Amino acid sequence: MSTSSNDTRALLDVRDVSKSFGVVQVLRSVSLQVTRGEVVTVIGPSGSGKTTLLRCVNFLESYDSGSIRIDGKEVGFRDPGTRQRRSERDLAAMRAETGMVFQSFNLFPHLTAAGNIMLGLRKVRGKSEAEARSIAEHWLGRVGLAHKADSLPAELSGGQQQRVGIARAVAMEPKILLLDEITSALDPELVGEVLAVVRSLAEDGMTMLMVTHEMAFARDASSRIVFMADGGVSAVGPPKEILAAETTNERLRTFLARFRASHF
Amino acid sequence: MLTQIAYALPFLAQGFALTLWVSLLVVVLSLIAGVLLGVGLVYGPVPLRWAVRIFSDTIRGIPILVLMFFVYYGVPAIGLHLPSFWAAVLALTLFKTAQVIEYLRGAVGSIPKGQSEAAMAIGLTFRQRLAYVIFPQAFRRFLPPWINGVTDAVKGSALVSLLGITDLMQAINQVIGRTYEAMPLYILGALIYFAVNYALSLASRRLERRFSFIRE
Amino acid sequence: MGYALNFNLIWRHFDKLWGGLLLSLELAVISIAIGIVIGLVLAVWYVSAGRVVRTIIAAYVEFIRNVPLILLVYLVFYGLPTVVDLAYSAPTSFILTLSVYSGAYLVEVFRSGLEAVPRGQLDAGKAIGLTPWQRLIHVRLPTMLRITLPALSNTFISLFKDTSIASVISVPELTYGAQWINFNTFRIVEVYLVTTAMYLLTGYALLFGLRLVERRFRAAR
Repeated sequence: MSTSSNDTRALLDVRDVSKSFGVVQVLRSVSLQVTRGEVVTVIGPSGSGKTTLLRCVNFLESYDSGSIRIDGKEVGFRDPGTRQRRSERDLAAMRAETGMVFQSFNLFPHLTAAGNIMLGLRKVRGKSEAEARSIAEHWLGRVGLAHKADSLPAELSGGQQQRVGIARAVAMEPKILLLDEITSALDPELVGEVLAVVRSLAEDGMTMLMVTHEMAFARDASSRIVFMADGGVSAVGPPKEILAAETTNERLRTFLARFRASHF
Repeated sequence: MLTQIAYALPFLAQGFALTLWVSLLVVVLSLIAGVLLGVGLVYGPVPLRWAVRIFSDTIRGIPILVLMFFVYYGVPAIGLHLPSFWAAVLALTLFKTAQVIEYLRGAVGSIPKGQSEAAMAIGLTFRQRLAYVIFPQAFRRFLPPWINGVTDAVKGSALVSLLGITDLMQAINQVIGRTYEAMPLYILGALIYFAVNYALSLASRRLERRFSFIRE
Repeated sequence: MGYALNFNLIWRHFDKLWGGLLLSLELAVISIAIGIVIGLVLAVWYVSAGRVVRTIIAAYVEFIRNVPLILLVYLVFYGLPTVVDLAYSAPTSFILTLSVYSGAYLVEVFRSGLEAVPRGQLDAGKAIGLTPWQRLIHVRLPTMLRITLPALSNTFISLFKDTSIASVISVPELTYGAQWINFNTFRIVEVYLVTTAMYLLTGYALLFGLRLVERRFRAAR
């Protein structure tokens, strides 16, 4: 593993995180650093723990040992190094610092596109109705859906829903954006519009940690790629290095070969 | 015969008012208790879940009448003073609360887990998640069975007559005791109960239809 | 507080509760048997009848569902004999009431069950040349019964609990037995604890048993 353990500029600092569901160990001493402005992509076969890792970062899942810090603050547990869970209020405040976009969109079906974005702005950030509305409209514009502000999720296509999902996450101005296989539930022809939005956010310097099966996108958009296998980090490096066909990492080579066989 | 019944009408009206008052109290109190305990059942720590589960299954597993006698005779037996009116209201409320718990569990349980997670991810606290994300969605699934169940409260309230409380049922029995006009009075009583409950069930059907339009 | 539990008197009079429980079950079984006949006949009649009959059946269903059972029990036991020349015991009167009562709920159960029988099955019955009567007996009713079995079990269990209302006309079923012990021994908390346990155990045993029967039926499809 090639992670420098005293990188003080790491915005996200995952150290030795392990987690089991019953007898199945899904994360084995995972360490990973993401610095400000970086786009880090996690790839790996299904069941390798990618999604669980992402969900631990905003404490949608708890973990058994290790530590996850964002901007120096421990995420789910009280500082320093105790295993005592944060209070509900603290956890909520911590989660507001990370944005998350889900595979299944998870838009609130009873709220309009703008309403979905405004909820966190109003209730978590304490912004006024008017201010929240103007921020929502700004972000809907950014994702190309200015004209859909008052549509309900059910009236939007999958690609549009996911773009609202992204706008909902970034409107909170999170320190880091977590993207969990955000194109996996989309019809192939809708994938492009969503990835275009992610790319433009990356160009603006948004720090991102994403799990994806879109290898071409991972290669083009990431600063680094993390390859996970069996719950552990198996390889980390720049895209060219990781996705090179002549890699010496046996598991990675098998994964890439299988992947190429089924996707190209 | 008709004049005798006409003479009794104000008395019956008083009983009817009491029936409505008991029903209203039971409906409101059980709504509050049932929603709180229902949230405990769905989201609470394991011991609370078990406690609520046992409470609900026990209450729903026995006749209301037994529950009512238990409360009415049992509470004074352990040395607490409880007027019969409130004993009756307490028993009916316990019974209805168990129903409300189940309606709430069903309604909240029908909402995908991703909704809670998305709400967590934007930093909403537990209460905010319930208030702005879960309850607004659960509401339309909760409402039709709940309104339907209001008729159970009205029907159940007739049992308070057995504790000597002069509700509509008891008023009818007392008028019959004086006039010996059993059949006309029972039919009159049945029609009054019918009118109230039928109106309620029509309302619930209408709501159900209205809410069926906004299913995703 | 300071109430010391003492179950001795309960066990001394336990025959009142045990006999009461058996009578409760008997009342429930006889009533649902008659109720099923009422429900089936009216449901089959309903789906094939004209508007007038439908309205009358619907009126019966709605009336029963919207009136307290205790009032119906009084009406049949104290009211009815004053206008028609009938004499019956309290248990008979209660069975009559509970049958008509359960019949109303079961019409609804069977009617929706009949409507849930897939069209294709009926068409298939037609295609092989069955008469309407044969289609009813051999196609519609068996399928409908399978669909409605869970609802039937639930109705039976709730009827079992409803038999407690029979105590108001002094039918010596379980709740009546509990009251008798309550008034004669004043071991109030104990007797209702035991009665509660008896209703619960019997109810859940019935539920468990009926679910087994349902599974057997589904497997035998």
